[in-house]
Amino acid sequence: MSSVIIVILVTLGTLFVLLSAIGLVRMPDTYMRISVNTKAATLGVGLILVGTAVFFNDVSTTSRSLVIILFVFLTAPVSAHLIGRASYFMGVKLWKGSIMDDLRGKYQKNSYILKSETDETPENNVDHTKMKDK
Amino acid sequence: MTLTDYLYYVILPVLAFSVLLIVYRFIKGPSIADKIIALDVLITTGIGIIGVYSIIHGKSTFLDTAMILALIAFLSTVAFSYYLEKRNRKK
Repeated sequence: MSSVIIVILVTLGTLFVLLSAIGLVRMPDTYMRISVNTKAATLGVGLILVGTAVFFNDVSTTSRSLVIILFVFLTAPVSAHLIGRASYFMGVKLWKGSIMDDLRGKYQKNSYILKSETDETPENNVDHTKMKDK
Repeated sequence: MTLTDYLYYVILPVLAFSVLLIVYRFIKGPSIADKIIALDVLITTGIGIIGVYSIIHGKSTFLDTAMILALIAFLSTVAFSYYLEKRNRKK
């Protein structure tokens, strides 16, 4: 009985990891790749680790897997936000099919201060339409 | 087909194939941010592979390695993005 549960959990987790790898190759844009991998890979690894906890059926291993799941679930959004912010400042362009860029003209180029309104002095702001390709 | 056979002949090849796809993006990646994301996902997939191996061999001590890998993945992403921002700010 428990092996059926393990097979279901591990298969689902592996499918999510495979889908995130396919998304990493197929997505047209850095930001979309970040979005795919934060969700799918984290969920897949979480399911595989729950399968490990079911297999060993033991307090020490279950707590170990739960700690790993908690850590991965806490740190994946943080690291995705950090790398997305850094790539926006580096001038990584959005996909040409993206219809809007909410941050356009709102980040100061030198001090990195975020404003809620578009400023009057647009030459000081990060604007991807004026940056050269990276 | 026992659980060990299923994990060994079905699950691990699929995970290895996804590792190959991620390595393709790591080598090709147009910007350096793509490479850092690919590295992060590579380590996350590695945690999954370690979990499957610990089921196959029945040894729970492999999970300690997975914990350390999760720590290193987070730390490396934070450090890389910090230095990318800093390098950009100097110019």
